Amino acid sequence: MEHATQLRSATAGAGVLLEARELSFAYAAGLPEVVRGASLALRRGVLAALIGANGSGKSSLIRLLGGIARPSRGEVLFDGVPLRSIEPRARARRIAYVPQASAGVFPLTALEVVLMGRSPYTSRFRFENERDITVARDALAAVDAAHLAGRSVTELSGGERQLVALARALAQEPECLLLDEPSAALDLKHRAGLVRHLGRLRDERGITALIVTHDLQLLDPAFDQVFAMRDGAVVAAGTPAEVLRDEVLAAVYADEHVRARQAFGRTFVWSE
Amino acid sequence: MPRALLLLALVLAVSTVVALWAGYAPIAFADLSGDEMARLLFFRLRLPRVLMAGMVGASLAMVGASLQALFRNPLAEPLTLGVSGGGALGASIAIAFGFGAKVAGVPFIFLAAFAGSGAAMLVVYRLARTGAVVMPGALLLAGVVLNFVAASFVVIIQYFTDYSRALQILRWTIGSLDVVGFDLIWRMLLFLVPGWITLALMARDLHLIALDEETAESLGVNVRRSERLVYAASSLIVGVTVAVGGTIGFVGLIVPHAVRLLFGEDVRVILPCSFLLGAAFLMLADAVARTVLGVGELPVGAITALAGGPVFLWLLRRQQRLAAM
Repeated sequence: MEHATQLRSATAGAGVLLEARELSFAYAAGLPEVVRGASLALRRGVLAALIGANGSGKSSLIRLLGGIARPSRGEVLFDGVPLRSIEPRARARRIAYVPQASAGVFPLTALEVVLMGRSPYTSRFRFENERDITVARDALAAVDAAHLAGRSVTELSGGERQLVALARALAQEPECLLLDEPSAALDLKHRAGLVRHLGRLRDERGITALIVTHDLQLLDPAFDQVFAMRDGAVVAAGTPAEVLRDEVLAAVYADEHVRARQAFGRTFVWSE
Repeated sequence: MPRALLLLALVLAVSTVVALWAGYAPIAFADLSGDEMARLLFFRLRLPRVLMAGMVGASLAMVGASLQALFRNPLAEPLTLGVSGGGALGASIAIAFGFGAKVAGVPFIFLAAFAGSGAAMLVVYRLARTGAVVMPGALLLAGVVLNFVAASFVVIIQYFTDYSRALQILRWTIGSLDVVGFDLIWRMLLFLVPGWITLALMARDLHLIALDEETAESLGVNVRRSERLVYAASSLIVGVTVAVGGTIGFVGLIVPHAVRLLFGEDVRVILPCSFLLGAAFLMLADAVARTVLGVGELPVGAITALAGGPVFLWLLRRQQRLAAM
């Protein structure tokens, strides 16, 4: 099988940070499994994407990888250690997860939201200290959102909220970022900006990131690794150039009209 | 945070003095040393009543703030979620069947109201939740309908029980804080203190859950466990306050929102501040209820509802504006 050989090559390279082994998951007993035997190996210090059709299990898989949900079968290894053996707050200091954009109800300021990312470092009855506030402000600055600090999150645009959520994740000072469709609410310019931020975080801080996305145009050349899901399993993995090919995408999306072509040093994907 | 608490402690102290002084017969504090009658009145009636008002107010406000964070719904509070209604039904059943008795020293009516509140909260929550999402509108609708159903049952029970018990039940449906001596206060504290402590321990988790559940989980919060603890503590607290004072509405709405306006949106600040301000608020509301008529008194629940209704509507309007943006 093609994807099996590519998985091995991924594992054989630089150290693997996050590994899924034959994961299965259903939202409740008796409901159909949305993840079925999914395996992947995310290399340390890469920017990676998880793609696939709607309902293919991407969001569920990334939640399993982040420890938000427990697999019914299989195992997640983080840095070689079973994820479930890591205490949740210790996990939160190493893996940050950003769910699909939610508007929020209470008018917290952006800085207050970003400071929540410090909660894995603060004890139950302490408030954030000076250093926490510095880290939070730095995190906002790292995504060019320092000017939002005092604004109420309920008044921000979708794109600005996404930046605040990303800054909150960065405030956790994680090794690994897991983002669920961060570009869904963003316009063209902000999508490119987001990818630029993620690339910079990888280059400057060595942060590993896996993002769920439908935005296939973004992948080549910005991303290092791409995983493609279908029916709850990872069916293809490799570099963007390896995955973004007609026959692979046709299988992933069950659509023989998908085309991928290279031009201007990038890969363009469309369905005819 | 310390400044906010200090300020509210001061407000609470002033409110306590005012509430102790106010009444059908204003008490001259100077008389307490000499006048035997004044002392009796003060220590057997006035002081317990003011304390009771403080405890109930603190409880309802703290539960309101917790439920708003847990459900990410600014309009949630014991009354709007049907939790008070469930408690009142439980209490009514206990009275109707003459279960004034104690089980292991605990008034049965406490337990019955606790069971009623807990059941109501579970029903409302189950109805409003689909998968991972709690629909804010559905939550409140379910709460309101549940209140109606509970109230109908209370009326039916009143209809079938004898006159004296029916009158006793009627008291619950509006809310009043009559109390003589400290017996009941000690017994209430036995239940309320663990509830208060549990909610205080959950403040940090609730602060994160108020943003969204998945983020909270990813930050190391065991959301399911926190949720259960908040349910249990809230049902316990509301059950006990309803068993004693009836359904006193909107305290859990007015007070946390006043705190939000004053001190911002951090749940870790809102919870303790609501506790203090809630106590002050209900003491004063009860003082008004006791004095406004000159002779006789109004049920304090009527005062809080009069104040709370407009606040609810104002919040509703503000929510809609936010949603439209």
